[in-house]
Amino acid sequence: MPFKSTVGDYQTVATLETFGFLPPMTQDEIYDQIAYIIAQGWSPLVEHVHPSRSMATYWSYWKLPFFGEKDLSVIVNELEACHRAYPDHHVRLVGYDAYTQSQGSCFVVFEGR
Amino acid sequence: MSKKYDAGVKEYRDTYWTPDYVPLDTDLLACFKCTGQEGVPKEEVAAAVAAESSTGTWSTVWSELLTDLDFYKGRAYRIEDVPGDKESFYAFIAYPLDLFEEGSVTNVLTSLVGNVFGFKALRHLRLEDIRFPMAFIKTCMGPPNGIQVERDRMNKYGRPLLGCTIKPKLGLSGKNYGRVVYECLRGGLDFTKDDENINSQPFQRWQNRFEFVAEAVRSAQEETGEKKGHYLNCTAATPEEMYERAEFAKELGQPIIMHDYITGGFTANTGLAKWCRKNGMLLHIHRAMHAVIDRHPKHGIHFRVLAKCLRLSGGDQLHTGTVVGKLEGDRQSTLGYIDQLRESFVPEDRSRGNFFDQDWGSMGGVFAVASGGIHVWHMPALVAIFGDDSVLQFGGGTHGHPWGSAAGAAANRVALEACVKARNAGREIEREGRDILTEAAKHSPELAIALETWKEIKFEFDTVDKLDVQ
Repeated sequence: MPFKSTVGDYQTVATLETFGFLPPMTQDEIYDQIAYIIAQGWSPLVEHVHPSRSMATYWSYWKLPFFGEKDLSVIVNELEACHRAYPDHHVRLVGYDAYTQSQGSCFVVFEGR
Repeated sequence: MSKKYDAGVKEYRDTYWTPDYVPLDTDLLACFKCTGQEGVPKEEVAAAVAAESSTGTWSTVWSELLTDLDFYKGRAYRIEDVPGDKESFYAFIAYPLDLFEEGSVTNVLTSLVGNVFGFKALRHLRLEDIRFPMAFIKTCMGPPNGIQVERDRMNKYGRPLLGCTIKPKLGLSGKNYGRVVYECLRGGLDFTKDDENINSQPFQRWQNRFEFVAEAVRSAQEETGEKKGHYLNCTAATPEEMYERAEFAKELGQPIIMHDYITGGFTANTGLAKWCRKNGMLLHIHRAMHAVIDRHPKHGIHFRVLAKCLRLSGGDQLHTGTVVGKLEGDRQSTLGYIDQLRESFVPEDRSRGNFFDQDWGSMGGVFAVASGGIHVWHMPALVAIFGDDSVLQFGGGTHGHPWGSAAGAAANRVALEACVKARNAGREIEREGRDILTEAAKHSPELAIALETWKEIKFEFDTVDKLDVQ
């Protein structure tokens, strides 16, 4: 098979798990994902970590999981507050599912540098 | 009251057809699809199946009277028509719990699908479903880790996992094989898989493969910052060699190994599952030979029974077919048995082929693996059908990308995440699949090329084994 100049070079990218291969979400898209978490009956939870420790199992909680919180804007404000307090940290949103003791959803909203 | 010995041949139904029997919670229940020889009454066929799969022999024997056989016998307690089929019928049989050794799927199958399948009064016989009583389930270990633990170990949440089998499946050296693993994982897959045919052949001995694969996994993990794994196939000629391979995978710090549970056998599988629990290793299960057993609609064992048996025997991931790809699989029926793998309670639902309520208690769940002949265009349907607790595996759909396996992997990862994101946002991903993928491809040249490459391929053959429903 002769070499085709149409072959591209795939560059490895460092990613942060779920949704790491999509472009950063818009404000509205983030709202949709929060609404999904709330609709599933999961507890929203905000976590953050310095990028040098991004592969660690335990990221720091921002406050505590927001058990039973149904108000979208509360979660948006908490995400932003966490980002302001730790501007150089990754900040992720988790939909915590107490029945499975797992995370129904988990993705990074703000990437630290 | 003691009985008298009366030598000779009795009709089976005198002893084993008990239509008034109310099954106990501790009974193991089975549903067989029976096709008898012409002229044999249904009750006699059902009773014969009950007898031959439990305590019966063709002739009365004196030694029966040394025990209370009524306590141990299987009982045919119900007969039902098969919708749309005049020659076959369903026979429901209840087996007392004491017929089976605790924790032994092997023993259950030896009884239920043993000699009876060669029985002359039957033309065909198919085991459609088994209701395992909680009293038996609690004697089995089940999955070494289960879905929740696997997610925690691999740090994968809120989406199906993504994998692929290394190709060509035979003939690569250990180093070349590791290269392909590395390409797939750096491109964005969570897992790669040994092909089931790969054990320890002359072109690539297992130890050499394990070492190169371990390095590939480590490199990809370091470069991408994500957790990665490769199913190292430990299936071997003897249990001793199987354990030796498992031990070496652990020594190399690998997260997951693999076993072929039907060709390897249930005893080997249960043993390896227990080793995995003890050693903190995930276990991926392949199902070679299943279609020999489960494909014929009137003879053999339905896959839902084999899936239930695997959950009891132990495994963290099991192949289930894809519904949409190149391999056999009816959608409703597949949904029926993936429920059996993942849920803690599955209600009777004939439209999904589940003949009994099945309570799994606290037993861990098994990831459903969809693999074989699938590509990016199938992604919306796969996410809709299989949901998050699944592993979607694209072999040709990864390596066949014009830029190579890494780009193929990235294309699949982008497509998967776009579908999950759209689903969460409330879109109907099967109906809007084309828009979702086309939109996602704007940000990913790898996906754009993949969509172009596979746009023509379809696998539209009718399913051979269909559910019998009105």
